Amino acid sequence: MGELTPGSAAELADAIRSATGPLAIRGGGTRAPAAEHATTLSIRGIRGITLYEPGALTMVARAGTPMAEIEAALAAEGQRLAFEPWDARTVLGRGGEPTIGGCVATNASGPRRVVAGACRDAVLGLRFVDGEGTILKNGGRVMKNVTGLDLVRLLCGSRGTLGAITEVGLKLLPGVAATATLTAEGLPAVAAVGAMSAALATPFEVTGAAHDPQSGRTHLRIEGSAASVAYRAERLTRALSSHGALSVSEGEGPWPRIRDAADLTGDADLWRISVRPSRAADTVARLPGRALIDWGGGLIWAEAPPGTDLRAACPGIGHATLVRAAADTHSRLGTLHPEPDAIAALSGGIRDKFDPAGLFRARPVPA
Amino acid sequence: MQMPEPDARILSLKAELVRRLVRALPAETVIHAPEELRAYECDALTAYACPPLAVVLPRSTEEVAACLRLCHEHRVPVVPRGAGTSLAGGALPTADCVILGVARLTEVLETSYEDRLIRVQTGRTNLSVTGAVEADGFFYAPDPSSQLACAIAGNIAMNSGGAHCLKYGVTTNNLLGATVVLIDGTVVELGGAHMDAGGLDLLGLICGSEGQLGVVTEATLRILPKPEGARPCLIGFDSSEVAGQCVSDIIKAGILPVAIEFMDRPCIRATDAFSGAGYPDCAAMLIVEVEGSEAEIDEQLGVITEIARKLDPVEVRVSQSEEESSRIWLGRKSAFGAMGQLNDYICLDGTIPVGELPRVLRRIGEMAAGYGLEVANVFHAGDGNMHPLILFDANEAGELEKAEALGADILTLCVEVGGCLTGEHGVGVEKRDLMAAQFDPADLEAQMRVKDVFDPAWLLNPAKVFPLDTSAGRRALAAE
Repeated sequence: MGELTPGSAAELADAIRSATGPLAIRGGGTRAPAAEHATTLSIRGIRGITLYEPGALTMVARAGTPMAEIEAALAAEGQRLAFEPWDARTVLGRGGEPTIGGCVATNASGPRRVVAGACRDAVLGLRFVDGEGTILKNGGRVMKNVTGLDLVRLLCGSRGTLGAITEVGLKLLPGVAATATLTAEGLPAVAAVGAMSAALATPFEVTGAAHDPQSGRTHLRIEGSAASVAYRAERLTRALSSHGALSVSEGEGPWPRIRDAADLTGDADLWRISVRPSRAADTVARLPGRALIDWGGGLIWAEAPPGTDLRAACPGIGHATLVRAAADTHSRLGTLHPEPDAIAALSGGIRDKFDPAGLFRARPVPA
Repeated sequence: MQMPEPDARILSLKAELVRRLVRALPAETVIHAPEELRAYECDALTAYACPPLAVVLPRSTEEVAACLRLCHEHRVPVVPRGAGTSLAGGALPTADCVILGVARLTEVLETSYEDRLIRVQTGRTNLSVTGAVEADGFFYAPDPSSQLACAIAGNIAMNSGGAHCLKYGVTTNNLLGATVVLIDGTVVELGGAHMDAGGLDLLGLICGSEGQLGVVTEATLRILPKPEGARPCLIGFDSSEVAGQCVSDIIKAGILPVAIEFMDRPCIRATDAFSGAGYPDCAAMLIVEVEGSEAEIDEQLGVITEIARKLDPVEVRVSQSEEESSRIWLGRKSAFGAMGQLNDYICLDGTIPVGELPRVLRRIGEMAAGYGLEVANVFHAGDGNMHPLILFDANEAGELEKAEALGADILTLCVEVGGCLTGEHGVGVEKRDLMAAQFDPADLEAQMRVKDVFDPAWLLNPAKVFPLDTSAGRRALAAE
């Protein structure tokens, strides 16, 4: 099917109003191949940073703005996105250019999510176009705003099913001068999650807590000024001494690879499981393949033989999203976790209001 | 402020409704005697009051569901109520409504330090959530000034903030899960002990929905380890422009203070006279607080005071002790009390982009002079959430209306400069009719369609949030 690349929100609204069949909203195309049975509605022509106020920790950018452009602008002012968005290209083996719109539409959040919140926690406001081609706004560019219903959170992670996001207001964080990683070797998953929980319960502001069951390594990250990082590394090492010895290394460390689950590439299906941290070890024990635990136990990346229903194998989890699988596996098992009837009825009712003609329901974007 | 005419059908139904409520629920949970209903006629927006038809104070989620089922069946409006501390009239009754209060739902259901969460019934007060975990070194971060009295249910309904949200976020950033009872009595669990939504983020939608979508009876809240320590410094300037510059420079330097509070001269003078905090007499004053170990605090306060000293301050006072920290905070924390001694006041709550501070303060001064009223400003400067206090004399006829008109002008100004009507108090009835200043009709329509999904008959918290003329069609349809 064809592709539309409107250059503005008004053109995008026109394109939606004149659509005669299903539309697949697409940012940089990093997460899925172009839909076969829908017209691609690309937002990459709607781009550019429209406002950046470092002194107010605020940025507004059009949705098609590449993440690389946003990160470069932030780096020039020593700032960053708190939620450390992950890059889907690594595990999906895909090209494309990640955009801020795609990031928000999938609520893409990396290791720092466990303390700094998810993408949805950093979004201050949105402009979007619904399935009737109406241009809408919610939230704004200020950090505290409780005016009216919060459609910002509703749109974050809605994966293009409620509308096409055209502009995003973001809350930023100051960058840091130093990063250190504390690593423990050889802990089984139960002990690793215990150590991560203990670390996250200290006042030493751990901003990453991950465990690799294959290598047996457990990593804890500390960030801040050089003096503060040195102090907290020392205190944390002492506080966790009963959990085993920790080695300290400086610099970026393993976090970019943890963020993108870079060791879990290949042909196996890949899932992202959101689970109560204290259930992480128990869940990992049921998995049929390689895994990675992040968010102090709250997130499990899990491989499985193609076509395996991991949701059935892992009772008691919060939810599991199918990230990498054949198209028929996605349709058979469902990309997103099935919802209880009452919640599915509410979600379905909301989708009907925003997209009465069902233009955006081709299939949910994975990851 | 207008409220719709009460529905005569419902008023005539009172005896029958009370009979059915008492049959479905324990008798002591149902209040219907006129003299007892008076206690529920208003919240903290005391300018408006109206006794409800009846009050129900359930003791469980099941009882909440039973009450909602009955009201839904009889098409009786329901006004959910937390602790009744809303400054926006979020729990203001209508004469034909049932107040559904969570005051008896105060239990802690679960605490897990391993998962860093606490699950509570939502009638529990904000401060007592921290109280339940602080002996073990944890706290619940959102800290609205009413935290001693306000309930978690109301915090969720209004997405409450507080002084420390620059670092820790507001309620929606600290809420993991909620048990929600829908208008027809259906109970749904949103979120839980895990992070993020698998499908649409309905938890994020419920938070801040002002009781328009459902009644939250239980909540799973994120708790955090207490910092090692915290210490403020006080910085005085002879212009609010320079104070605003200082805030921006601190943030640009890479420091993220846990709180940055701003006070202007009328506020400084009033609070100092009231509390004896020993504030400098200057045009603008900042209280900047940082957290960490002693050495980390010293390092951050060092950077902050260096920035301040370059801006020719009237005074820089770094707290050296817990006693001095309390004195610095004393005036700020008694600001509303101090103002209450002087006069009646309306407390506004608009948010502006931080960079607009000097211009907005100047305009507020001019507009106040135009009305012949005085305004004192306290302000969460790090996040742009303003609290202008409009002083007036409630005993003089027409003064309240004048103060309200000035308030509307100031909030419209907040929107004009890129901000919003309310940063943490909510819309309620107070800002309901100003919503058109911030939202186009299509934006409001999108929000009302979401309410249609949850509450098709528009029974929950009627005549709030959406301007009356905007919601008139829907309310009329529902009343048929």
